[in-house]
Amino acid sequence: MIIFDGVTKRYQDGTVAVDDLSIEVPGGAITVLVGPSGCGKTTSLRMINRMVDASSGRILLDGRDIRDADPATLRRGIGYVIQHAGLFPHRRIVDNVATVPYLLGWNKKRARARAMELIELVGLDPKLATRYPFQLSGGQQQRVGVARALAADPPVLLMDEPFSAVDPVVRTGLQDELLRLQTELRKTIVFVTHDIDEAIKLGDTVAVLRTGGRLAQMAGPATLLSEPVDAFVRGFLGRDRGIRRLSFISAKDVRLAPVPADLALDDENRPLGTHADGRALPYGTFDPETDSMRVALDAALLSPDGTAVAVDGDGRVLGVATREALDAVLRKYAGGQTGDGTPI
Amino acid sequence: MKSEPLIRWDWVTRNWDNGSPSAISTLLESHMLMAFLPVLLGLLVALPLGLACVRWPRLYQPTAGLVNVTYALPSLVLFSIFLSLTGLTPATVIVPLTFFTLAVLIPAVVDGLASVPDHVRQSATAMGFRPLRRLLQVELPVAVPVVLAGTRVATVSSISLVSVGALIGQGGLGNLFIDGWQRQFYTPIIVGIVLIVVLAVLADGLLVLAQRLLTPWSRARRDAR
Repeated sequence: MIIFDGVTKRYQDGTVAVDDLSIEVPGGAITVLVGPSGCGKTTSLRMINRMVDASSGRILLDGRDIRDADPATLRRGIGYVIQHAGLFPHRRIVDNVATVPYLLGWNKKRARARAMELIELVGLDPKLATRYPFQLSGGQQQRVGVARALAADPPVLLMDEPFSAVDPVVRTGLQDELLRLQTELRKTIVFVTHDIDEAIKLGDTVAVLRTGGRLAQMAGPATLLSEPVDAFVRGFLGRDRGIRRLSFISAKDVRLAPVPADLALDDENRPLGTHADGRALPYGTFDPETDSMRVALDAALLSPDGTAVAVDGDGRVLGVATREALDAVLRKYAGGQTGDGTPI
Repeated sequence: MKSEPLIRWDWVTRNWDNGSPSAISTLLESHMLMAFLPVLLGLLVALPLGLACVRWPRLYQPTAGLVNVTYALPSLVLFSIFLSLTGLTPATVIVPLTFFTLAVLIPAVVDGLASVPDHVRQSATAMGFRPLRRLLQVELPVAVPVVLAGTRVATVSSISLVSVGALIGQGGLGNLFIDGWQRQFYTPIIVGIVLIVVLAVLADGLLVLAQRLLTPWSRARRDAR
């Protein structure tokens, strides 16, 4: 657990980057710091590994004040991933990943063996290990960055806009990969982004900071979407807050109707649709066990007759969700209020 | 009147290694010494000075200004000044040429370190490198291609400038120019020019080879473009 206790960062010219920040970052979970430029999110992150020292207040890492630790030693125990990966151009991928083990004095063989494990863990082809960073794509470099940060198995991982320099498709892949890794590794992750959608997708907890380095709201993503504390947070969350909230509502309560006769199925009960243009799934589908109401509603909107086809994990039809059935679930969640009393 | 050939090979073979101080091979050796030693000394001086200029940026402008002014001085003037200090020795050429190389090498070291991307430096710090280790294992290796590019320029210019030292009797192969000029005899002049050019091309080629061996990551980057 990381505790910010009244932390302020004031620069010599009087600028206040972080103003009296007091938050608790829970262990084993992803905490996202999000906010517009100048909100002090990166400064806050960098204070954890002492790349920046606080002007006042304390930061406790597992109960110990980080100011009592030697900065270099502290940093070797905290993984760090940045926007452009920051890989060392003159070192091969395997040696980039083995950076911290080398610093910790591991022998070359052990450090490289560990690096190879990490390279596979983050989903990279082991053949890339002997390449140099410039020979990799941006997305691959970012994976190497994550592998390097994890190499010495630090309990804490700091990530400073790690995915913002790659294209949206790659970014989505990297985000999914991080979530997958996190279910295995259970690290204490502090993740900085200016992208609220990324914050909501990745964060177990999201801290919204406002310009001038003050905390606006800290909450789980669903709560943040349904109960923003004020106009700033509401504005920052953006327009389709209601729709996005549906991502956090499971579709498992949707009452399914029998499969209508006009939905063609293949031998294994997978929907084919009625069109003959070769498209495999002209009907939008959702899996009630794993998908959210957002996916279900999206499936309904994509289907010609407005019903969403429910399928199981193997793609076999379970039934269909009519608009009425979807609406019945949505009605239970409607009518949220913001913290300052204004309607959503 | 008998016409003089452009080059008289018998003179070349007779004077290549005749044991006298003006033998071509001896001049070649002293030329190499007077050309390469300044580059080596220049690197030894430019490295700490360049590092200091990066560490304390205020130093850079005055330092660069000073070495540039030195570079603007005609080499002959500098040789004459040092003649009174070091006399008729190779040092009279080596010391001024060392100053000349600094005009190229100090900016090369500074630019080389500046060529280290900020995110690389930042991530090194965040991984837990202490400053000295970061300098030796990350910043300097990444700066090598730029420093080597400067070294190539300094080496070739140094090889060429040594010849001016002939005017004070310490010019290596440049002595051949004086000899040929005084006697209106082309052979030594041509031998001198050819050897200097060959020396420059070889030295430059060796440095390119060194760069490829030392920085495969940078060569591959160039090839990939």
